Amino acid sequence: MSARLGRLYVCFVALFLAMPFIVVAGVSFNEKKRLYFPPRGFSLDWYRDVVSTPEWLDPILTSLTVAAIATVIAIAIALPICFMMWRHGILFAKALFGLGLVPFMLPPVTSALGFLIFWSEIGGYGSFWATTISHSVFLVTIPLMMISLGLETVDEDLLDAAASLGATETEIFKTVIFPLILPFVFGASAFCFVLSMNEYIIAFMVAGFTVETLPIKVVNSLRYGYSPAMAAVSVFSVLAAAGLFLLVARFGDLLKMVGALDKTD
Amino acid sequence: MTVQSTSVPTAAKSSSFGRLDSKNLILIPPGIMLLVFFLCPFLIMGAVSFYYRVPDGFYEPDFVLSNYAAFFDPVFLTALVRSLTLCAVISVVCVSLAMPFTYLVSRMRRVVQIPIVILLLCILTLSEVILGFSWTILLSRTAGVSNILVWLGVLDRPVSLYPSSFAIMIAMLHFCFPFAVLTIYPPISRFDRSLPEAAATMGAGPVRAFFTVVVPALRGTIISALVLVFVFALGAYLFPQMLGRPADWTLSVLITDQAIYKSNIPFAAAMSVFLCLICFSLILGVGKLSKKSEG
Repeated sequence: MSARLGRLYVCFVALFLAMPFIVVAGVSFNEKKRLYFPPRGFSLDWYRDVVSTPEWLDPILTSLTVAAIATVIAIAIALPICFMMWRHGILFAKALFGLGLVPFMLPPVTSALGFLIFWSEIGGYGSFWATTISHSVFLVTIPLMMISLGLETVDEDLLDAAASLGATETEIFKTVIFPLILPFVFGASAFCFVLSMNEYIIAFMVAGFTVETLPIKVVNSLRYGYSPAMAAVSVFSVLAAAGLFLLVARFGDLLKMVGALDKTD
Repeated sequence: MTVQSTSVPTAAKSSSFGRLDSKNLILIPPGIMLLVFFLCPFLIMGAVSFYYRVPDGFYEPDFVLSNYAAFFDPVFLTALVRSLTLCAVISVVCVSLAMPFTYLVSRMRRVVQIPIVILLLCILTLSEVILGFSWTILLSRTAGVSNILVWLGVLDRPVSLYPSSFAIMIAMLHFCFPFAVLTIYPPISRFDRSLPEAAATMGAGPVRAFFTVVVPALRGTIISALVLVFVFALGAYLFPQMLGRPADWTLSVLITDQAIYKSNIPFAAAMSVFLCLICFSLILGVGKLSKKSEG
């Protein structure tokens, strides 16, 4: 009886969590330029609009580029820090690790304002790189956490074995450590990518009027009234995020990446 | 899920002081990136919070306290009190709902857990833009939940449920809930299953076992989750704008508004420094607390 009650509770909460997505998906199929739910008529025109007009395609491409570069930079920052801290216990690496966790302890608005002031002082305000570099250092917390989680799962006996067989430090990293932590690197990249794709406040504050990312475009067009095209864009974003996380779950242990212990299942 | 495990991995091999080894050179690029592009902005922001604001909209180096003195303005004070109350309520509700949810989910099979975790991650990573947009539809007159209430006979005709503080609350609850679940998920998944089982053999029902065994044992987790969700909620900046009226604006919104639309950067910087200090002291405080209870 109470087991069923528990399952009912979980289902109810899951429904609440999924509700906005259900309604947005429904609204995107409306035939006329009105937002009705359940949709009146059925049409895929709004999806076609989104992928065929530069109005939407340009911000999508901008966001994809920003997210891809920011992700690569974030991983490139985090990987050496985590590795040097874990393998050699370098104090400076520990300090950088601590510093890299700060962005997620603070409200994003404060980082965004910091970036705004910084970029206008050094003269990069409004540039593509202002958005991209700000994203990469803001999101570095994710790869720092996930890669060090991955390194902790590496069995040290393997490293000793490789060393006793004559492998150099670089060879050990390439052939033993990196393959073992690869799922975590991939997971961290997926998270960074999706977060950057959807990030609004920093992109808006450092280059909101020149570099139009997808979230900025959505917020801007909300001011001029709603259209099912925006719902279609949202559906794309949700599907992209869910698809990437599914891939992560397929190639790695998603539950372990969010911090769960091994399960016997 | 993020800030909790600040503990440093312990597989350190050599001495903890970095010698000027050639291999240590690979720390230089990441060091430059973080120090220049992350630490510097915060230091400059701290400095700007003491700058003098030139009335035509920019600022010049100076050392004035007027930006901090502006905190005594009633607009700021009401926004502060409103933000703190709103986030405290959200935090308590989220953690209370998330505790049983996470506990139940963590005992389910992996095939069920993974889609639920993906759903939670989607909400967390989608940011407030898409979610806020979704809620404006969900609470609207033409497409919203009020149509269901009409269909059920509760209402005569559909109404728009926003802008209102209720709309902000429900959207923030939805946004913060996944964060709450993911902060308590690791400790709950590590929680010793034999404890509730022992309670069951002693004759306690699952509900009773949950409240008398699981909840007290995870007291530390609950307290740190409350703080982390509170800080997370303080960061919401779009929901109050999209779903509320200017009278519902929180501190985060006020900072954006001052920086972008009122171009009063020094005042925005001062508020931002203040907000950082609140969050820092809360998180460090709760970190100390949990260390004490461990040791």
